[in-house]
Amino acid sequence: MKKILELKNIHKSFPGVLALQGVDFSLNEGEIHALMGENGAGKSTLIKVLTGVYTKDEGQIMLDDEEVHIKSPQDAQRMGISTVYQEITLCPNLSVAENMYIGRNEALLQNWKKMNEGAEKILQSLDIPAKATQQLASCSIAVQQMVAIARAVDMECKVLILDEPTSSLDEQEVEKLFKLMRDLRSRGVGIIFVTHFLDQVYEVCDKITVLRDGKLVGEYAIADLPRVELVSKMLGKELDDLSDIKEKDKEEVKEDNSEILFETKGLASDQGIKPFDFHIRKGEVNGFTGLLGSGRSECVRAIFGADKVISGTVRKNGTEIKINKPIDAMKNGIAYLPEDRKIDGIIGDLSVRENIILALQVMKGFFKPFTKAEANKFADEYIKLLSIKTASADTPIKSLSGGNQQKCIIARWLLTHPEYLILDEPTRGIDVGTKVDIQKLVLKLASEGMSITFISSETDEMLRTCSRLIVMRDRKVVGELSGDELNQTMIMNTIAGGESDAEK
Amino acid sequence: MQKNKFQISNIFRNQIFIPLAALILLALFNLIMDPSFFKISMGQNAAGNPVLSGYLITILDYGSELAILAVGMTLVTAASGGQDISVGAGIAITGSVILRMLCGTNSRPDELRMPIICAFLIAVIAGMLCGAFNGVLVSWFKIQPMVATLILFTAGRSIAAWINNNELPIVSEPSFGYFGNFIPGIPVPTPFFIAVAVMIVTALLLKFTNLGLYVQAVGINAKSSRLNGLNPTFIKFLTFVLLGICVAVAGLIKVSRLSTINYSVVAKDIEMDAILAVALGGNSLSGGKFNMTASIIGAYVIQFLTTTLYKFNVKSTALPAYKAVVVILLVVFSAPVVREFISSKWKQFKNSGKMQKEVA
Amino acid sequence: MEKTAKQKSGLLSKLSGMTDSNLLLTITVVVFILMYIGAMVFLGKGFLKPQAFFNILNENAALIILSCGLSLVMITGGIDISVGGVTALVTMSCAVYLDYHNGSVAGAMLLALGIGLAFGLVQGYLVAYLDIQPFIVTLAGMFFAKGMTTIINSDPFNVANEKFVALKNTRVNVPGMGSYNKKGIYVNAYVEIGVIIAILIVILMFMILRWTKLGRSFYAVGGNRQSALMLGINVKRTRFLSQLFCGILAGIGGFVYFLHVGSGAATNGAGAEMNAIASSIIGGTMLTGGVGNIIGTLFGVLSLSTIKNIVASAGLDQAWWTGITVAAMLCIFLVVQSIVVARKK
Repeated sequence: MKKILELKNIHKSFPGVLALQGVDFSLNEGEIHALMGENGAGKSTLIKVLTGVYTKDEGQIMLDDEEVHIKSPQDAQRMGISTVYQEITLCPNLSVAENMYIGRNEALLQNWKKMNEGAEKILQSLDIPAKATQQLASCSIAVQQMVAIARAVDMECKVLILDEPTSSLDEQEVEKLFKLMRDLRSRGVGIIFVTHFLDQVYEVCDKITVLRDGKLVGEYAIADLPRVELVSKMLGKELDDLSDIKEKDKEEVKEDNSEILFETKGLASDQGIKPFDFHIRKGEVNGFTGLLGSGRSECVRAIFGADKVISGTVRKNGTEIKINKPIDAMKNGIAYLPEDRKIDGIIGDLSVRENIILALQVMKGFFKPFTKAEANKFADEYIKLLSIKTASADTPIKSLSGGNQQKCIIARWLLTHPEYLILDEPTRGIDVGTKVDIQKLVLKLASEGMSITFISSETDEMLRTCSRLIVMRDRKVVGELSGDELNQTMIMNTIAGGESDAEK
Repeated sequence: MQKNKFQISNIFRNQIFIPLAALILLALFNLIMDPSFFKISMGQNAAGNPVLSGYLITILDYGSELAILAVGMTLVTAASGGQDISVGAGIAITGSVILRMLCGTNSRPDELRMPIICAFLIAVIAGMLCGAFNGVLVSWFKIQPMVATLILFTAGRSIAAWINNNELPIVSEPSFGYFGNFIPGIPVPTPFFIAVAVMIVTALLLKFTNLGLYVQAVGINAKSSRLNGLNPTFIKFLTFVLLGICVAVAGLIKVSRLSTINYSVVAKDIEMDAILAVALGGNSLSGGKFNMTASIIGAYVIQFLTTTLYKFNVKSTALPAYKAVVVILLVVFSAPVVREFISSKWKQFKNSGKMQKEVA
Repeated sequence: MEKTAKQKSGLLSKLSGMTDSNLLLTITVVVFILMYIGAMVFLGKGFLKPQAFFNILNENAALIILSCGLSLVMITGGIDISVGGVTALVTMSCAVYLDYHNGSVAGAMLLALGIGLAFGLVQGYLVAYLDIQPFIVTLAGMFFAKGMTTIINSDPFNVANEKFVALKNTRVNVPGMGSYNKKGIYVNAYVEIGVIIAILIVILMFMILRWTKLGRSFYAVGGNRQSALMLGINVKRTRFLSQLFCGILAGIGGFVYFLHVGSGAATNGAGAEMNAIASSIIGGTMLTGGVGNIIGTLFGVLSLSTIKNIVASAGLDQAWWTGITVAAMLCIFLVVQSIVVARKK
C-alpha cells in the first residue's frame, strides 16, 4: 500500500503549553486510521495543524511524498485534505446539492442542472439516502454528516478527516456511516477517524495511533492492540502498575452505612443518556468515570436540573423532591460546578466578588441584597481560604488565570454551604498546583460531612479522592466500583467493556 | 511617573469620563461661540409666576424626560442586548390614556373626571402592558428586541389616536400643567424634580434589590446565570416592564407640557435620543455591564447637543441628521474591530517611539 | 420553490414535510388569495374590476422594490431600516434637481441611484467590515436621510418639470384586461411606469437569489455564518453586497415613489421601512436569516395593501386603523415564524 500522508516530527506550542512534541503520523491509501487520546493529548491540535487552522512550529507534512505547506482550511481542501467536523458545518437552509458545491470556485454562474445531476450521481454512488434537491435541514443528522463527506469526496480528497462524527448519531446511523467509510476505503481514500467510542474503533479501523500529553505513544495494527491495552495506553498507566493501588488513608473514614442523602431512580434527560440509578451517602465522595462523551456530565446535569429531565425521580433523605430547574436543586442543597468554565461557569465581565456571591445571593432572594460590607467579607474570606490570586475583589473575573477562575466558582458554591457538591471536571485546564489544592479541598470537605461527586478525565485524581466510582460507556452506566476494585486495571477493564465482559 | 500614568489611565477608563468629556467639549464650544448660552435669567411666565429661563434651564427641563427614559433603556439594553424603539409610541399611548382618563369622551371638559394621580397610575399600567407585550415577544418568542418593538413602534401612535377616538382633548385645569412646566412659586421646571425622583427610586432599587446584579449577569452570560438559579427569560421580561413605567412617567410630562397631545408629533424620534444616551454613557449596546449614572449624564448631554443645535438655528426636522452622525461616530469608535485596530496602531506607534529612543 | 403550486393543492399532511421557505410562502399565498376573495365577496364591486388589482400595484410599486431590498438583507441575516428615509431623500433631491436646477430626468435617475449607492456603500462597510449591528447603523442612516431631506429643502412641493410630468403620467395598458365604466365605455386597465420597473426588479432579484452562486451565498450566510465560512464563502463580502444592493434598491424605489407622487417631501416614504419589513415577513422571509423568497415578498406587499384596502372600505377609514392592522399582521406572522423555528427543535 502506498503512503499518502506522512507527518514527521511535528511540534506545536502555545503560550505555556507544549501541545505537540515531535509527533509522527502516517496514513496509507485505503486505510481507516483511528487517532486516539484523552483530553489534551493533542489530537485536535494535530488535526488543526493538518487542516491549516494552526501552523506548525516545526516538522514536515508530506503529501504523496512531496512536502506541503498548509496555510488555511481552503488550502488544505485544495490539496485534497478534507475534514468533517462533529458539528455540522453545512448550511441547513440550502439544498443538498448546493451544500456540496457552494464556495468551491469563484465563478458567478452555476449550471444548476448539471450540478444537481452531478450531486445525484455522487449520492447514488455512495449510497447516501438523500436527493440532490432536498433541503439539507430535512435530512437526519447522519445523512447531513454523509453529505459533508460526499462534498469532501467530490472535491477529490485523498485524506478525509472525520472528527468525532458519530457523537450525535444513533446506532443505525452509525452503521450507515461505517458502510460509507468502508466504501471510501475501497476507493483508496485514507481516512483519519477521531472518536471516543472504543467499540467503533474496533469495528471499522485498520490502525490506531495513540497520543498522550502531546507525544506519540505508538502506532498499532488493530489486531495487535486489545482494548484494555488501548485504554491503558491512552491513560498512560500500565496494567500491572502496582503503585496505584489505593492508599489506605483518609478515604477509609467514610463508612458505607451512613445514610443515603440523595438517590435517583431511572433519571434521564433530553441529552440522550439512558435512565440511570444513583445514590450518594452523607460524607461520601464518589465519581462518574468513563471516556469523554460517555455521558458523565449529562448525568450530573440531570441531577442538578440543568438539562430538561424527561423521566425518573430524585429523593432526598428518602422523600421525593422535584427538580425542574437549577434553583430547585440549589434550594435542596445541591451545588454544581459545570464542566465548561467559560461558557457555563464564570460571568466574565463581573468582578470576582460578584461572581463569588452570585449563587448565595440568588438563593437569598431578589429583595435581600448583601450589603457591600457583607459581600466584601464573603469574598475576602474565600479569596483567602482558597488562596485565589487576584489583584482585588473588584477585578473582573475574566482577567484571572483559569485555575483562579475555577477557584472563584468553587468559592461561589461553597458559600451556599451545600450538602451535596458536584464538581464536573474542576481540574481541567488548570495548573498542577491548583489541581492538588482542589483534590485536598474535596477530601477535607468530605471529612466535614459534605457529599461530593467528583468527575475528572484523569483517573488517578479520581482514585485519590473517590471511594466509589460509577463507570459509564456510551451514555449508560455500565458498572460500579468500590473498595478493592478501585484500581486502574479494573477501571480500564470496565470502561473498555467488550472483551473483558466476555472473559467473565 | 509610573503612578501618575496609572491614575490618568484610570480616569480614561472610568465610564463616566465619556459623557463628561462630551459635556465639557460642548460647553467649551458654546463658550467660545457665544457665552450668552450660559445666561440664566429670572422672568415671569404667562401665569405671573417667577421662572428661570435660559438655554441651561431648557436643557435641564427637556433633558429630564430623556433621563427618565434612559434609566429604563439602560436596563433593557443591559439584559437583552437590544434596544426598545417603541418608547416614543409608548409615550403617545400613555399620554393618550392620561387624557382619556381625565377627560372621558368629552374633549373639552370643565372638570376632571378623576384625580390626576389616578389617571397617571392607569397610564403606568398601560405603559407596563406595552412593556410586557414587548417583553413577551423578546424573552419568550426570542425575537430580536428591535424587531419585536417595531410592532408597537408601527402601531403605537395609531393606538394612541384610537384611545381618544382621534380627538385632541384639552385639559383646562391649570394644576395639570404643573408636571411639565412650573409649579407656582418654584422657578425650576418640574420635570427636573420628577427626574430626580425617578433617579432616587432607581438608586434605591439598585441598592436594595439585586436588580443590577441579575440584569448584568443575564446580559453577560445567560447560560451561566441559569445554572446559578436565575431565570433569564423573566429578568429580560422584567426590564421591559420597568421601561414601560419610565415611559408612562415621560408620557405624563409630555402631555402636561401642552395640556393636550398631538399623536403623530409627541415624543417623535425620542427613541433615538434614548438609545444615544445609553451609548454615550459608555454602555455596550450589545448588553452586559451598565452604568446608570453615565446613562443619565448621557441623556443631559444629548439634550445639551440638541439645544446647542437649536441655538444655531438648525431646524427641528434637520436635527436627526446631526445626531445620526454622532451615533455613527460613537458606534464606529466602540466597535471591537476598530478598537483592536487602533490599539494595535497605538502599540506600533509606542514601540517605534521606544525604538527611536533606544537608537538615540 | 417551483413545487409550490403542486404543494399548495396538496393535503394538510404535506405541510409538515415542507421546507420552511415553501411552508411560509404557501401560507402567504393562501392568505392573500383568501383575503382578495373575501374582499370581492363582501366588499363588492370595487374589487371585481381588474383595475382595482392594478391600482394596488400602482400604489405599491415603490414598496415592492423596497421590500425586495429588505428581503435580500433579511435573508442574509441583516436588516435595513433606512429605506424609508432614503426614499424621502431621493424624492426631495430629485425634485430640487429637476425644478430648481433645471435638471434632466435622466440626471435625476442617476442622482437617485447615486444616493442609494452611497447609503449602501457606507452602511454595508460599517455592517460587514466593522461588524457593527445593522440595526444601529441603519437606524442612524434613517435619521441621517430624514434630516438631510429637510436640510435640502424643508417645504414639500410638486414638480413642474414637463418631461418628468409626462413620464409620471405615462400609462401602460395591460392587454386583454379592462372593464366598462358607468357610461358603458370600455376602459383598458393600465399600470404606471413604476410597476414595470418593480416587476423587472422582482424578476431580476428572483433570478439572482435562485440561480446565481452569489444568490445562494446570501442564503448560506444568513442560514449559518460559521458554516458558510467553512464552506469557503467570503462572508464579509456577501454581507457587504447585501446591504449595498438594498441601498441601491432603496434609491430605485425612492425614484419610483417619486414618479408616483410627483413631489418632493420629507414625509414621503414615512413608515416605508416598517411596511417593507412587514411585507417581507408576511411574505415568508425569516428575520433570523436564511429563509425567504422574492415571490413571497411580492405577495406580502399585495396582502398588506389588500388588507389596508379592506380596512378602508369596511368603514374603518380612520388613519389609525392602517397602523394597527399592519402591526397586527406583523405580530401574527412574527409569532408564526417563531413557532416554525421552534418546530424544528
